[in-house]
Amino acid sequence: MLGRALRWAREHVVVFAAVAAVAYMFLPIVVVAVLSFNQPSSRFNYTWSAFTWDNWANPCAVPAVCESVFTSLQIAALATIVSTVLGTLIALALVRYRFRGRSSTNVLIFMPMATPEVVMGASLLALFVNMSLPLGFTTILVAHIMFCISFVVVTVKARIATLDPAIEQAAMDLYATPAQTFTRVTLPLIMPGIVAAAMLAFALSFDDFIITNFAAGTGQTVTFPMYVWGAAQRGLPPQVNVIGTLMFLVALVVVLAPALVRRRGPLAGSLPVAR
Amino acid sequence: MSVLAVAGTAAPKAAPPVDDERRHSRIPYLLLLPGIAWLAVFFVVPMIALGSQSLQEGSIEDGYTLTWHWQTYTEALSQYWTQYLRAFWYAALATLFALLISYPLAYTIALKAGRWRNVWLVLVIAPFFTSFLIRTIAWKTILADNGVVAEVMRGLGLLNWTDDRLLSTGPAVVAGLTYNFLPFMTLPIYAALERMDRRVVEAAHDLYASPFTAFRKVTVPLSMPGVVAGTLLTFIPAAGDYINQRLLGSSQNNVIGSVIDTEFIRVGDYPTAAALSFVLMISIVALVVAYVRRAGTEELV
Repeated sequence: MLGRALRWAREHVVVFAAVAAVAYMFLPIVVVAVLSFNQPSSRFNYTWSAFTWDNWANPCAVPAVCESVFTSLQIAALATIVSTVLGTLIALALVRYRFRGRSSTNVLIFMPMATPEVVMGASLLALFVNMSLPLGFTTILVAHIMFCISFVVVTVKARIATLDPAIEQAAMDLYATPAQTFTRVTLPLIMPGIVAAAMLAFALSFDDFIITNFAAGTGQTVTFPMYVWGAAQRGLPPQVNVIGTLMFLVALVVVLAPALVRRRGPLAGSLPVAR
Repeated sequence: MSVLAVAGTAAPKAAPPVDDERRHSRIPYLLLLPGIAWLAVFFVVPMIALGSQSLQEGSIEDGYTLTWHWQTYTEALSQYWTQYLRAFWYAALATLFALLISYPLAYTIALKAGRWRNVWLVLVIAPFFTSFLIRTIAWKTILADNGVVAEVMRGLGLLNWTDDRLLSTGPAVVAGLTYNFLPFMTLPIYAALERMDRRVVEAAHDLYASPFTAFRKVTVPLSMPGVVAGTLLTFIPAAGDYINQRLLGSSQNNVIGSVIDTEFIRVGDYPTAAALSFVLMISIVALVVAYVRRAGTEELV
């Protein structure tokens, strides 16, 4: 009996380790969610004092919180649109064409992903300072588009590479023009990859702090992560936890929705979850 | 940074382009032009500006002139070499711990989860949907001086060498770094294990390999591309990160990213900050190249 129990434990030890790892991953989320119902006794919402619904009822009670969320949403939306278009075009060129400079293009795409954020932020600030550009919304947006492009290229490239070229050849054989083939056949087929890349770009832009902080200067533009960073020094309102919990829930719904609505949703096969 | 990024690294390699007739076309260049121009202007040019800035002298008020003042580098390095070493040491420790935590997790998802695999994957990614900063701040609560973790460790006598504290110490920073970059380690290892042909492991068993030998001689080598990608995706951001050090550490354990931030944004000593950034970038590239050479894989992009 004991021997069998021991053998069972030994066979499942790796699963226990995995469960422990997931628990470790969720621990801070639980803390964030619990403290969103806290009525903090000091300026910092770090320790539990009393339960309240107030923070959820008035998420914008501290106006700066919601203003910064709105700024972040604007920047993330614009950065997503531009970087998704530019990145998709690069991905198409890289997978579909053989051309001079292809490998150096690959290196250029890879470099921003392999460079620490603090170095990219510092270099952008050096450029902006040298050119005496005013820092603010535009410089943040420009920086976000820059670091999102590489991730879009990699994500879309992976999708295009799985396409069967025979499908496009069939469209051509059936007298579709190159433009028709692209809009009616190629584009719909790579759409899941493009949507996944756009979601990734949005998440990267919305959550970025280090590069943003360099590109923002001391101007009027404050993104949500910049607000949180500033608040962490002088007093953290519990509304920040409400926004953090909401972000988690919204993202969860976005990821699960395709799987729940229909099994072969537009993201099937492109997000790791749908594999 | 988001974890979905890693999905890209898990993708199959792109098929080589086959359209020979399109070889001399201008179309690829037109497709590349806008995006590459953006990267050239806002990634390559800034790097050059950074290099130039590091060799300039002057002040914010009077402007800067390029004087090839290499002493900035020697002065900056002699002043801040401990912060470089500490950043690399913390990043290396965080990478090691992330590997130890991620491997069993990735192994379970890839080989033992069965039809629960997608649920596991969502569970791995979901915590990282909440803001990086908010999650790191939550660790302040978890590791607080009067918190459960600190009390237990104090009871076990584990906090004797850190002034009876957990928060504001090196171990707290390493714990935060380990946590923040976990999916970057888990997902590539998962992708490598999932791609593996399981019949090879069965063959090892058939040839009388013990489960442990089969794991060591077959599974581990086959998962190496994932391990290499994961360690790089963890180490590179961790080496430059200063959020964890600022929130969970103290001025006693300053790292180089933090110094660069302070010199640039608060002190306004642009040449020194630029020189420090350049050295950080070069040393990371050197470490990565050396590591990839040794591990012998090209599967990163």
